[in-house]
Amino acid sequence: MAYDYEKSIRPGKLPHIWCPGCGHGIVMKGLIRAMDTCGLDRNNTAIVSGIGCASRLPGYLDACTLHTAHGRAAAFATGVKMAKPEMTVICCGGDGDGTAIGGNHFIHACRRNIDMTYVLMNNFIYGMTGGQFSPCTPTGAKASTTPYGNPDPIFDISKLAIGAGATFVARTTAAHPREIDKLIVQGIQHKGMAIIEVLDDCPTTYGRRNKFRSVVDMMKHLKTNAVPAKAAAKMSAEQLEGKFLTGVLYHDTEKPEYCSQYAEVIKKAQGA
Amino acid sequence: MAKKVALLQGNQACAAGAIYAGAKFFGGYPITPSTEVAEELSNELPKVGGKFIQMEDEIGAMAAVIGASLTGAKSITATSGPGVSLKQELIGYACIAEVPCVIINVMRGGPSTGMPTGPGQSDVMQAMWGTHGDHAAIALVPNSCQEIFSETVRAFNLAEKYRMPVQVLFDEIVGHMRERIVFPEPGELEVIDRQAPGDPPETYKPYDATKGQVPPLASFGSGYKFHVTGLNKAADGFPTTKAEYVDAEERRQIAKVMDNIADIEKNEEYLTEDAEVVIWAYGSTSRSARYAVNELRKEGVKAGLFRPLTLWPFPEKRTAELAKQCKGIVVAEMNLGQMVYEVERVAKGNCTVVHEGRVDGEPINPGQIIAKVKEVL
Repeated sequence: MAYDYEKSIRPGKLPHIWCPGCGHGIVMKGLIRAMDTCGLDRNNTAIVSGIGCASRLPGYLDACTLHTAHGRAAAFATGVKMAKPEMTVICCGGDGDGTAIGGNHFIHACRRNIDMTYVLMNNFIYGMTGGQFSPCTPTGAKASTTPYGNPDPIFDISKLAIGAGATFVARTTAAHPREIDKLIVQGIQHKGMAIIEVLDDCPTTYGRRNKFRSVVDMMKHLKTNAVPAKAAAKMSAEQLEGKFLTGVLYHDTEKPEYCSQYAEVIKKAQGA
Repeated sequence: MAKKVALLQGNQACAAGAIYAGAKFFGGYPITPSTEVAEELSNELPKVGGKFIQMEDEIGAMAAVIGASLTGAKSITATSGPGVSLKQELIGYACIAEVPCVIINVMRGGPSTGMPTGPGQSDVMQAMWGTHGDHAAIALVPNSCQEIFSETVRAFNLAEKYRMPVQVLFDEIVGHMRERIVFPEPGELEVIDRQAPGDPPETYKPYDATKGQVPPLASFGSGYKFHVTGLNKAADGFPTTKAEYVDAEERRQIAKVMDNIADIEKNEEYLTEDAEVVIWAYGSTSRSARYAVNELRKEGVKAGLFRPLTLWPFPEKRTAELAKQCKGIVVAEMNLGQMVYEVERVAKGNCTVVHEGRVDGEPINPGQIIAKVKEVL
């Protein structure tokens, strides 16, 4: 029997705004399956986003949804979680939103290790504004604002998250749909900041400028260049050239979670 | 029983007022000369089960405040001019998404870094027009430590009642001045809590104008699942570009303030009944102005003081009446001309309107106000 996504989607909100071939829909379905697997009570689940194509995701889902300003998802979500720690908080958004304009909020949410799951859809481009380069656009790639090829080096989002102090960091791609929900489930169940980076495709503004002749080409690129972290351990640097590691990249269960730490502050203040 | 009294700094009085009003969340970022508000609340909020967070920047602080408020927590931030500049993006968000919150601006000189330890009153137009787009604003301007306490309480009340951000602006002089505070007993000052929706979750719409100019706001995590966005939206909270919805929503959000000025407005007048010259002043400047009125009266000059406590919405009606009654209005403010343009606008040429300003980091003293009044006569 086909999976029942309908019960998680707000009536009348589809069709979504995403272009044909965009991977965001695959990620949304993965998120729905993950939320079901975790048995989340949607009345007590806040889904928070910033601005951009990926940030439109919360509006489709039946939950407490907060579509904020560009880059600010993690900061709004921090307020929600601090004020009501019993809520499950999920952030979602794109690479430009999360790591350029929202980079400061992103790294500090990681540093605090506040209990939330951030599903970051990295499609290597600013899609909604028409394909300008983001901090994740590969060096040399074409974007609407890099007509001569991108001179900028890139952010490795997962490494950034690990360096900033997130305690669960995982990466997969839109070409690995089953791994998406598996990793989001682990992220939700992890008590602390979980970053799930999903490498995603934007055929409309990235693919067509960068010699991907079809969506299938883009998906094949994601699929063939993904190397599970365990397998990568046995590979040489030469073999790993141009590849990206997938699966759970970092998991720390020791670092205290932020709201639990603040609960201790309250105890001290109240003389307990 | 004697009431509790204390010698408090204005910034501390602000924090005490927030606790009295039932604040449960503070998100902030350190900035002079407002930092004591944060320091005090970091100490006091956890005692009442509230939360304090020092965010990574001013924008993040504003974001956290809005997020916390959506869960039902009365939320506040405190900053100064440069911080308010950064917060403007999300002050607009709180306006359009209609999320109650209180923003304290302890004003210093500017623009930019300006004079961090000096007083200023140059953020008063920013309080109204700082964020982009059409919107209404409420801004309060207390002039003493006691009043900072009570106006902070009133700011929370107005924020919750009108479902919007409310700014409290006081200059560094009042913020850092120490005065005797008499703590009101619980119940002595009105405390307004957020109105819960009457509708069940199945039919609840967060922007349903048929529920009144200020539709009730449900809290996240209380059984209501709804959508909040900074986009133009319809009654159900979901984005729309349909002209009729966009227009109606924008107009409602402004009308909810402008139709209720009588409730929001608060002014104090001193010897204005027979005044030939009215000094129009707010914040610490109004204290110099009151002294000036007394001195001028001793000399036989019929001077009076009009002091708004609610700066925005602008006290149009009473300012216009005074303009018809007197020969001249002297607007004294620590800037090079801001509220004076509003006074001129509503005076409509019925009297002379002049400005007495100062931006050198020193307070406006009674002597310079007296000299200006004599110029008008």
